[in-house]
Amino acid sequence: MQLTPRSDLCLRAILSGLFLGTFLIGEALAQDKVLNLYTARHYSTDEAFYTGYTKATGIKINRIEGGEDALFERIKAEGANGPADVFLTVDVARLWRAEQAGIFAPLKSASLSKRIPAHYRDAEGHWFGFSSRARVVAYDKNKIKPDELARYEDLANSKWKGEICTRPSSHPYNLSLISSMIIHLGEEKAAGWARGVAANLARPPRGGDTDQLRAVDVGECAIAISNHYYYVRIMRSDKPEDRSLVEKVKLVWPNQGDRGTHVNISGGGMLQNAPNRDAAVKFLEYLASDTAQTYFANGNNEWPTVPGVKLANPQLESFGKFKTDSIPLAELGKTQAAAQRIADQVGWK
Amino acid sequence: MTGAIALRARISAAHIFTRLGWLGWVSIATAALVLAPIVAVVSNVFQSSETTWSHLVSTVLPDYIWNTLLLVLLVAAGVAFFGVLSAWLVTAYSFPGQRLLEWALVLPLAMPAYVMAYAYTDWLQAAGPVQTALREITGLRVREYWFPEIRSLPGAAAMLSFALYPYVYLLSRTAFLDQSRTTMEAARLAGYGSWGRFWHVALPLARTAIVAGTALALMETLADFGTVSYFAVNTFTTGIYRAWLSLGDPVAAGQLATCLLVFVLVMLFVERLHRGRALYAGKRTPMPPQSLRGWRALAACAFCATPVVFGFLLPAGILLALAANEPEARLGPRVYSLVTNTFTLAGVAAVAAVLVALLLAYAARSVKSPVVEGANRLAVLGYALPGAVLAVGILLPLGKIDNAIATWMHTQFGVKTGLLLTGSMTGLIYAYLVRFLAVGFQTVEAGLSRVTTSMDDAARSLGLSPARTLARVHVPIMSGSIATAALLVFVDVMKELPATFAMRPFNFDTLAVEAYNLAKDERIAEAAIPSLVMIGIALLPLILLLRQIACSRLNK
Repeated sequence: MQLTPRSDLCLRAILSGLFLGTFLIGEALAQDKVLNLYTARHYSTDEAFYTGYTKATGIKINRIEGGEDALFERIKAEGANGPADVFLTVDVARLWRAEQAGIFAPLKSASLSKRIPAHYRDAEGHWFGFSSRARVVAYDKNKIKPDELARYEDLANSKWKGEICTRPSSHPYNLSLISSMIIHLGEEKAAGWARGVAANLARPPRGGDTDQLRAVDVGECAIAISNHYYYVRIMRSDKPEDRSLVEKVKLVWPNQGDRGTHVNISGGGMLQNAPNRDAAVKFLEYLASDTAQTYFANGNNEWPTVPGVKLANPQLESFGKFKTDSIPLAELGKTQAAAQRIADQVGWK
Repeated sequence: MTGAIALRARISAAHIFTRLGWLGWVSIATAALVLAPIVAVVSNVFQSSETTWSHLVSTVLPDYIWNTLLLVLLVAAGVAFFGVLSAWLVTAYSFPGQRLLEWALVLPLAMPAYVMAYAYTDWLQAAGPVQTALREITGLRVREYWFPEIRSLPGAAAMLSFALYPYVYLLSRTAFLDQSRTTMEAARLAGYGSWGRFWHVALPLARTAIVAGTALALMETLADFGTVSYFAVNTFTTGIYRAWLSLGDPVAAGQLATCLLVFVLVMLFVERLHRGRALYAGKRTPMPPQSLRGWRALAACAFCATPVVFGFLLPAGILLALAANEPEARLGPRVYSLVTNTFTLAGVAAVAAVLVALLLAYAARSVKSPVVEGANRLAVLGYALPGAVLAVGILLPLGKIDNAIATWMHTQFGVKTGLLLTGSMTGLIYAYLVRFLAVGFQTVEAGLSRVTTSMDDAARSLGLSPARTLARVHVPIMSGSIATAALLVFVDVMKELPATFAMRPFNFDTLAVEAYNLAKDERIAEAAIPSLVMIGIALLPLILLLRQIACSRLNK
């Protein structure tokens, strides 16, 4: 056996590589004039929107875009010395859970409470909603008349057996819809409703909302439950298959005759341990400004929560005004676990 | 009487620990470091959360367990079938395309299973090109014909099999190449045909490697969330996420994760038993490949091409078509930082994982203590934990230590350090180590099992210390396994999502993160571009691996 000096050299190179590697500690974060942002949002308009803040305030933004729940766990684990100032996420149940875990600081800001309607924010200022999305019902216009689906309750009608497509129950968008049914109808009736919907499913729940819309388009089902912006995204596309989908698949804004359509929000708040409090307050107030609201909402074809902000989104504007369910959104967070239990019991996978 | 037993127990316990030596202690300390996050997850067992449990058990859990078992069985069959047979064909025979296929069979390693799932779903769903074409040709409408549903349990098993069989292929190929000519000649003389030689001689001799590769694939299957959740196949991991996120009960989630770990431990224990005490050693004279002709050659070629086509070429083609069809999807200048970040993380993690794997494998071999052996078995468990659960398991203890350091620095020296480890590269590399040590360890260990103990004895009797025996005897012999281990970890880290997602530093995105951010927002076509870049980059280390594969053949 030949023992070469080469293998020795190789081993040494590997060792020094590791040595250097362990000292690659993340860049030290300057203490002044930065905002450390954890956000679960990721859209093409984000750059413009972040640059706008830096231009207006001279404060640089450090950010981590990640999964809602992973970032939440990270904030909890980082504790008192954590670097994050602001946490932005989607779905009000997540905001509520974050507030319950005590990670948000209560913030009294006259401008925020003036601009954002009360049911879109936490009463103590732990979190604020900055854009809203509606959970709507899509249908095949050749098979169904919109007044047959005027209410969410109609989805449980047995005449739709084998006609409904939706994503799994465990997704926050479906959980918050079930939660709203619990709040309005009570647990027992909500369970009956969920059982009805589960019995009407055309196929086991899978995929995202866009998949359900496409399934209606090709005829796998006649009805889909979806957030409105997935539809708007297809409306804004020039592809022939998308144009024909928009022709065939239409939307209903349910419960216009009574409580209004179920909406959810994306939003955030300042963290309890935020090292740069001034920057955080400025950032949240910037988010409620007219320009930022337009960027923030438009990035995902959502509605700004601040009333009277221009949309600059013809497709979204084409829907016009509609009545939204005005229950305080925090209630949805409280009932989320009950919603999942009901879904599991009635076999809504 | 009892006193005597206790005394004997204490003596033997003392004996176990004095025998460890520095190597044993270092390896135990390392294993403990890797184990800490797993312990953080398991510690949930000591808290109570009865409502979530009874809810899950009475509703969905039985279904999830059944699905998980079925998925594990199907993937085991899939990876063993494609991995072992293709390895045998390319090593024992020569046929047209064999040279090309020998390295092309590794390509699916560059394709993350979840990306493959996006691609196939887009292609095969009712609204996708295949079914649309089918409807146009036949004039049938949706629901008037039967078409296999890709988003199903068999679909998930197919994705995972095509994505993971290269582990089995690589390890069993090395094992087949190592089998000595004399053994095979003897088998031939004993009247075994080519099938008999494979079934009765080559396969049992390569058993360790095959089982090790399959174990890797199955651990990854159990930890998978990306593919199964995209396909809405509810597995045990779904149950963990459901308890944690929907039901808001992290304690129950930790307990479910512990159950998963116990299952894996049992699996690994069975693997150990299976391996037994067999020591395989033989002269490594090359086995001349038998040349195939006619339909046999064609069949061999077609068989080996199948996993390459379905595991790499087809999904890559679908992604390319998607990207080409999306004129607005561009990465722009961000791509440079994405590529650099991805490379840095994967490179450092690969080196770290191989060094730790070498340390542990070597300690177990030379110290021969049940303590070291046990610590090693536990240290690789991180591979079977769903990445997000593991990330939480790491963040908790790391955050505690970090805050303690920060507070101490502040009170002692008045310096505000902030958090040094959490959210740093070091923290992230540590997470990768916990997650992927198994890949490095299994590969290095399989390599080490080919170094005979008599070589050790010879080196030691010539006066070499254990460390020098490692550097001057084992490393040269095992350079192939070491390179394989490093490259496997490199590719795995590149594809890794949940830990990167949860633990990366500020303004530090990788290709996998970018792809997932787009995909989770249902912008699959836009996600195709970072996915393709990621696959392209994963090909670079794979080419290195392939060169090494080619060399390993030449040297014999």
